[in-house]
Amino acid sequence: MIRPETLLRPRPEGLYCAPGDFFVDPVVPVARAVVTHGHADHARAGHGTVIATPQTLAIMAERYGEDFAGSQQPLAYGESVSRDGVEVTLVPAGHVLGSAQAVVRWKGLTMVVSGDYKRRRDPTCPPFEPVPCDVFISEATFGLPVFRHPDDRREIARLLRSIEQFPQRAHMVGAYALGKAQRIIALLREAGWDRTIYVHGALERLNRLYEAQGIGLGPLAPATSEARGDFAGQIIVAPPSALADRWSRRFPDPVAAFASGWMQVRARARQRGVELPLVISDHADWDELTATVDELAPGELWITHGREEALLRWAELHGVKARALALVGYEDEAED
Amino acid sequence: MRAFAELLDRLSLTASRKAKLTLLRDHFAGAPDPDRGWALAALTGDLTFDAAKPAFIRKAVEARMDPVLFGWSYDYVGDLAETVALVWPARPGANREPELSEVVDALRNASRAEVQRLIEGWLDALDPTGRWALLKLMTGGLRIGVSARLAKTAVAELGPVATAEVEEVWHALRPPYDDLFAWLEGRSERPTSDAPGRFRPVMLAQALDEAVDFGKLDPADYAAEWKWDGIRVQAVSEGGTRRLYARSGDDISRAFPDVLEALDFEGAVDGELLVLREGAIAGFGDLQQRLNRKSVTHAMLADYPAGVRAYDLLSEGGEDLRPLPFAERRRRLEAFVAGLKTTRIDLSPLQPFESWEELAGLRAAPPPGDPQVAEGVMLKRWDSPYEAGRPKGPWFKWKRDPFLIDAVLMYAQRGHGKRSSFYSDYTFGVWTQAVDGARVLTPVGKAYFGFTDEELKAIDKYVRDHTVDRYGPVRAVRADVRHGLVFEVAFEGLQRSTRHKSGVAMRFPRISRIRWDKPAGEADELASLERMLAQIEGR
Repeated sequence: MIRPETLLRPRPEGLYCAPGDFFVDPVVPVARAVVTHGHADHARAGHGTVIATPQTLAIMAERYGEDFAGSQQPLAYGESVSRDGVEVTLVPAGHVLGSAQAVVRWKGLTMVVSGDYKRRRDPTCPPFEPVPCDVFISEATFGLPVFRHPDDRREIARLLRSIEQFPQRAHMVGAYALGKAQRIIALLREAGWDRTIYVHGALERLNRLYEAQGIGLGPLAPATSEARGDFAGQIIVAPPSALADRWSRRFPDPVAAFASGWMQVRARARQRGVELPLVISDHADWDELTATVDELAPGELWITHGREEALLRWAELHGVKARALALVGYEDEAED
Repeated sequence: MRAFAELLDRLSLTASRKAKLTLLRDHFAGAPDPDRGWALAALTGDLTFDAAKPAFIRKAVEARMDPVLFGWSYDYVGDLAETVALVWPARPGANREPELSEVVDALRNASRAEVQRLIEGWLDALDPTGRWALLKLMTGGLRIGVSARLAKTAVAELGPVATAEVEEVWHALRPPYDDLFAWLEGRSERPTSDAPGRFRPVMLAQALDEAVDFGKLDPADYAAEWKWDGIRVQAVSEGGTRRLYARSGDDISRAFPDVLEALDFEGAVDGELLVLREGAIAGFGDLQQRLNRKSVTHAMLADYPAGVRAYDLLSEGGEDLRPLPFAERRRRLEAFVAGLKTTRIDLSPLQPFESWEELAGLRAAPPPGDPQVAEGVMLKRWDSPYEAGRPKGPWFKWKRDPFLIDAVLMYAQRGHGKRSSFYSDYTFGVWTQAVDGARVLTPVGKAYFGFTDEELKAIDKYVRDHTVDRYGPVRAVRADVRHGLVFEVAFEGLQRSTRHKSGVAMRFPRISRIRWDKPAGEADELASLERMLAQIEGR
């Protein structure tokens, strides 16, 4: 049996596949990159060739311009591309629109790079698809037993209840511009909120992209044109940094809500002046991380980024061979 | 339990009083009996348990999960109840979520061993927010920034009735307050309020507006007395029940056994709680040694003897004096105090005056003795009955002019709620000399009000344009001899403090003016504060 390190190993640029000569989610420009999803810390501009799902390529083009890479190689979910005997397949990761796990096969060895993932249902992207493998390379953003994300429908119900209780106030929901914002809007639609949702300018292009990809977001309007009082009882979705920004002053006595897995911890909410924390995350929580390893039962677990210490400890206690790659350059969710 | 947990969760992150009231009122209007009554009791501090010590909770969780992982989780979260609430590894097949009333019944009636068994079952059945609320309730002290008075105000809105009406009947009520809710919702009569030792809602004074009020008021209609710098209390002794209440209605008897022992009378006295040494008032700092304590040592009692300076008599020998005019109550009070055998209760003297000018002179230069340390003067209409709340006209407070100092803005912190996009909490400093002889600023206080919304916008812009460093929600603002923003800071008093680097702590500081015109180098020196301190201590 070939050692997995021969196929994939960490380098400062990112996870490198020597036999296939490509990187997965490199943090600096490289000749060939497989990009798991469109978040800026995983998808950077300036690579020679980018292999990614068509949706991820569209997101990169929207963010960086059409010429973000020398060439683009779209790979739909389930499709494979081979080079020098190394086969790469992209399968859904359930993180955001277009997000994929990279399944790398070579000489009978299967390694799965999860990218960022979650196991919950998400109306804006297909669910995570478990792939049996020899090595599972997992994220661990929320790799601590305190992170147990509740049902997102319940969190949305809390937001709607707050609007009933405070009809004179605007409800401003901080949400990461790619993925989280559209998921919140889609969840609100599912919960029956059919009124116009107002959005910060920074979300508009990605919202349009989601709609063009067939994800309906209902009536949206820029949160700029109206008189101050008109936002009472309305929902405004904005990037998290806008919550405490001067931009937020146009709204009447806003309730600051923030949709993030970090909101699980009260002190985090307090620190940011968040009055209504919504624990909604696009990452796997502790239970999902550990259940996924249990389910896949890989020969080895590698951990790319996040709180690897606790997940390593869990693996040790459960007899799973594990190592931390300590890859640098990936940010925590929405820690701007 | 779920609705109560959600209420606590929201309250703990809500800063605005108005929003807290909305959350509370909605809960009291929507939750069923007796759950809402227990919730009210928990919020007013009338329901506390020590059924589970933190050590027990920790042991229970470590029996279910790896102590190393628990340790890391606790390090990350920093609060035991919250950590356990989040990490609790629930066993599948748990019972349904308990209602608040079930939890309360069990905690009140079950033995300690039984309770500990029950707790695990409840933790299994509840979600993280529910577990957090349960643990807060069981380990005593919710600490979510809601006063007993605020909770009563919210309940009063169900009527609606005045908060004072709820306070008036409060001490005749017992959790879960079925009779209170029945009365407020018009389903029954007002509960009887003549329980012995009960609290009477207090009468408060309006701040005097010199420019407006003196033109309209006749000095002959008013009595003047000194405004003492202690805390407002009501000392009640009826049918063997003795109680000392803060003006909020909170029972503070336990911290003041010395005062309680002196309540050898039948009646209810309104007065100021002070540390009194041989009939003279000690500074507020001395009184602070006695406040917010659950128990009190013999040494404390000896070093900081407390007493009450009486200024009104609300009831005597079962007779309610509150409808009587102030002049009559005052006559009764003087006779009443003269008849007491204790020195711990004395009379707050009236200050005779003929004209507003004369009173202004006395306020600026008080006569020798205790008036020197008074906060100002009080005016009470001779014909005013004792009315709960803050009626307009009968009583005024006319505070001494505050101390003023020019200080330089050093740090600004983002505010909460409405102000979360503004840098609205300011730390300011005055000049002192560093070891190398350079002039440096030392922080002397923090203030977050005293300015208009327009001024706030301007200061916020100044902070953003002159930021030199950031620490989370705090920005350091450029402040040196040539650059800086000067605030005229008003404050009520100064105390020595070992907790502040500058060695002084201000009472009630606020921004009185923004001195855009004043060069930072011309702000005050620490020496000026030290001179003020010496002056205060010398009085």
